[in-house]
Parts: sequence; C-alpha cells; structure tokens
Amino acid sequence: MGLAKRIIPCLDCDKGRVVKGVKFVDIRDAGDPVEVAKRYCDAGADEITFLDITASHEDRNTTVETVRAIAGQVFIPLTVGGGIRTLEDIRTMLNAGADKVGINTAAVNNPEFVREAAARFGSQCIVVAVDAKQVSAEGEPLKWEIFTHGGRNPTGLDAIEWVKRMVDYGAGEILLTSMDRDGTKIGFDLALNKTVSQAVQVPVIASGGVGNLQHLAEGVLDGEADAVLAASIFHFGEYTIKEAKQHMASRGIEVRL
Amino acid sequence: MNKVAVIDYGMGNLHSVAKAVEHVGRELGEETEVTVTPDANLIAAADRVIFPGVGAIRDCMAEINRLNVGQIVEEAMKTKPVLAICVGMQALMQHSEENDGVDCLGFMQGKVRFFGEPLLNNEGQRLKVPHMGWNEVSQTQKHPLWKNVPDNSRFYFVHSYYVESTDTKKITGVTAYGKEVVATLADDNIFATQFHPEKSQTVGLTLLRNFLQWDGQT
Repeated sequence: MGLAKRIIPCLDCDKGRVVKGVKFVDIRDAGDPVEVAKRYCDAGADEITFLDITASHEDRNTTVETVRAIAGQVFIPLTVGGGIRTLEDIRTMLNAGADKVGINTAAVNNPEFVREAAARFGSQCIVVAVDAKQVSAEGEPLKWEIFTHGGRNPTGLDAIEWVKRMVDYGAGEILLTSMDRDGTKIGFDLALNKTVSQAVQVPVIASGGVGNLQHLAEGVLDGEADAVLAASIFHFGEYTIKEAKQHMASRGIEVRL
Repeated sequence: MNKVAVIDYGMGNLHSVAKAVEHVGRELGEETEVTVTPDANLIAAADRVIFPGVGAIRDCMAEINRLNVGQIVEEAMKTKPVLAICVGMQALMQHSEENDGVDCLGFMQGKVRFFGEPLLNNEGQRLKVPHMGWNEVSQTQKHPLWKNVPDNSRFYFVHSYYVESTDTKKITGVTAYGKEVVATLADDNIFATQFHPEKSQTVGLTLLRNFLQWDGQT
C-alpha cells in the first residue's frame, strides 16, 4: 500500500457563484461554492479545485471572500486557479486560505513568473495549468501544442517541452487539460497524459473529457496520471465521489476510501 | 480558555491551520483563542504552540533565525505542548540537505534528506517527487495524539525532503514512499508531523482535537 491516486472535483465560479450548474439532490443552494465544496469534501474528495472565471478585476474581491469562506470550512487541500497574474495575486489567495494556485496564461506570457513564484512561495503551492491540443496529423509522430484562451490562441510552444521547462522553473504539479477532449465526455487524451507524466518528475493531474468512471480509471492506468480532475460527471449527480473511488479500487488503483 | 499560538515567521499560509484549530475548538465546545503571531510574549502566554512551516528550508531558517523563533520554540517546549508541522518538523532536526545544505535547530537528532531519483515503489514503478497526496500512516508507538485515529489512516503529505531520524525511539508514525519515511516524531511535550493535519480532513481534525486536549505527557 502507498500513496493514493487523487480525485479532484473542479468548481467553475463566476462572481462567487458556481456556474455550468451543479445538480445535487437535497442541496440548498447549488450555486454556493462554499456549500458545494463542503459537500464534496464530506463525500470524500481528495482536494478541491476552484477555477475563477470572473472576467472583471473589480469582481475578484468576491472571489477572495469565497476562497476565505471555503477554506474556513473545508479541511482538504484547495487549489485556486484563474486570473493569477502577479506575485501579489498569489499572496492574496494563499492568505485567503488557498493551499495552491494554478497559473496558466500568465506563465505563457512570462515564464519567469513561475520561477519567481516558486522561489517566493515554494514549489508545493505552484500548479502550472496547461491547455494542450494535438497538432500532428494522422500518421505523424504525436505532437501537442500549448493553447491559451480556452483553446483559441496557439502559442507555438511544444507541450512536452513546455511542461519540462515549467517543472525546471519550479512548478510543483502540472494540471494538464486536453483541449481536444474538454467537454466531449469521451475520455482523457491518454497518449498526451502519459507522455507528459513520463516527461516530468512532479505529479500530473489529468483533465478534460471525463464522461464515465472507466475514464477516470484509464487516466491513471493508461494515462499514468497521479490525480484525475472532473467537473460535470460529479456536478450533475451522474456519479458520486464514492462510486468513482470504488470503481478505481476495483481496477486495482489505490484510493482513499 | 484554551490559548493557542501559531508562530508566524512570514512563511506561507497559516490561515488553514488557524481555521482548523478554531473549528475543532468549536466542536469541543470550549473557548479557544487562536493567535497567529511572531511575538515572543504572546507565544509565552499561550497554553499551547503550533510551529508550522512551508516552502524552502533556507528561507524558513533565515526567518527563524532573524526572528529568534528557535529560542521561542525551545522555551515553549520546556513548559507546554508544541505541535510542529511539515517544514516546522524538518526545522527541528540538525541539518537539511535542501538548498545545498542548511543548518537547522538541532532540537531532534537526525537529518533532512532529498527523496532522490529514481524513487521506486515495491513493484518497481517510478514515484513522483514531491510526495504529494494521501498516504497511510502506521502508528509505531502509542501516543495521546493518536487517540481515536485508526492505525494506517491516510493523511495529506506534500514534501520533497524527508526526515531521517537517528533517534528511532522518538518515531511515533511512519509512511512508505519508496522507503520508510518518518511521518511523526514525539519527544516529551513536542509532537511533529510531516503531513498536514489541517488538510487531512476527519483524521487530521481528530489529531488537532487531541492536541487541544493534550497535557504534554506521553
């Protein structure tokens, strides 16, 4: 027995409200991130990721208050991503109670930011989030590129080279989202995930494409993920965290039950 | 009134540990006052002390030395229960090989070492570093802080360096990650954890609750 593979539900929040819908039975306010986070924590989630999609800078104070409220009630690790651009942003989130921050576009715009952030706050709290898309044609050796802005903007960066560089700069964990699979419910991009996981020493969280429990298990068994992140399959009550863990355990994966 | 001081020497997020202690204090139904402070007088006035730490050891030790935190901890250890967490535990050792070698407080015998690469499990699979996530802790000695914590419970770890204790009778819990790793140490009225009880949900909160009720005796 040893370290458990983690299951991480992700909450997308806009101005302090959970969006993309959460449909639990018997939940008082499915839009309240504090209540939803608490529910997941009680259900056995191993961590919570809070993705802030609030567009305007002014509304970000709401986000900080939400993070503070979640951290006061949820005693498992909390990662906050979305709009983290400066060392001050990181400090604000950590002081509000986040354990880790996810850095995505700001790393692409200024890779040195990751180095500075890791030096200042420690690698353990710096998660570099990458959005990758396959750019090789059929029959060619597999190749993925980093995209920003929800997969709209190509960066010219090779995904594998990029994650290696980010780990070199001090990233303590990689949150890897396949933009080809995000929202499709056909499963993770296992080849992408496996290639990234083998390329770096730090843990990799697989994200994008989960539609059923088999997908979660495949992410670990075939994609060599250290953790799996999912949103909609949990939010809409299709599966509980417990069912996910039981399925993974039945496939021989070590989980925290 | 149960007064708990969390030593603040400027390293990282102390909100989590303070919130978790307040939470278990409320559950116990007793008045618990949690102060996050670097002030030696306030710490001296507390009933119990938490010595946390995250990030790189060199930066932690620099601040510990600058603010004389070592002396504060040493004083506290003489008279009241102390809980050291993560890098707080590592700082108690003699030396760490992180950051090209850093001298630590030397309150406990042993060194802090890098996990190394390649790190393999029993099946020969490569293990990632940092050791991040929920791992089982085997309780190698009875201790009041283990009360109501089932043996082999999973706690949340995040670290790339581990404690190698040369005073093995102080080890109260171990975990496995490529090798046997010290999870907890105890010595008189100090208890130290490599994992984060404040992030370890039910079992972590139980351990914190035990700390709030601990008289420092074993």
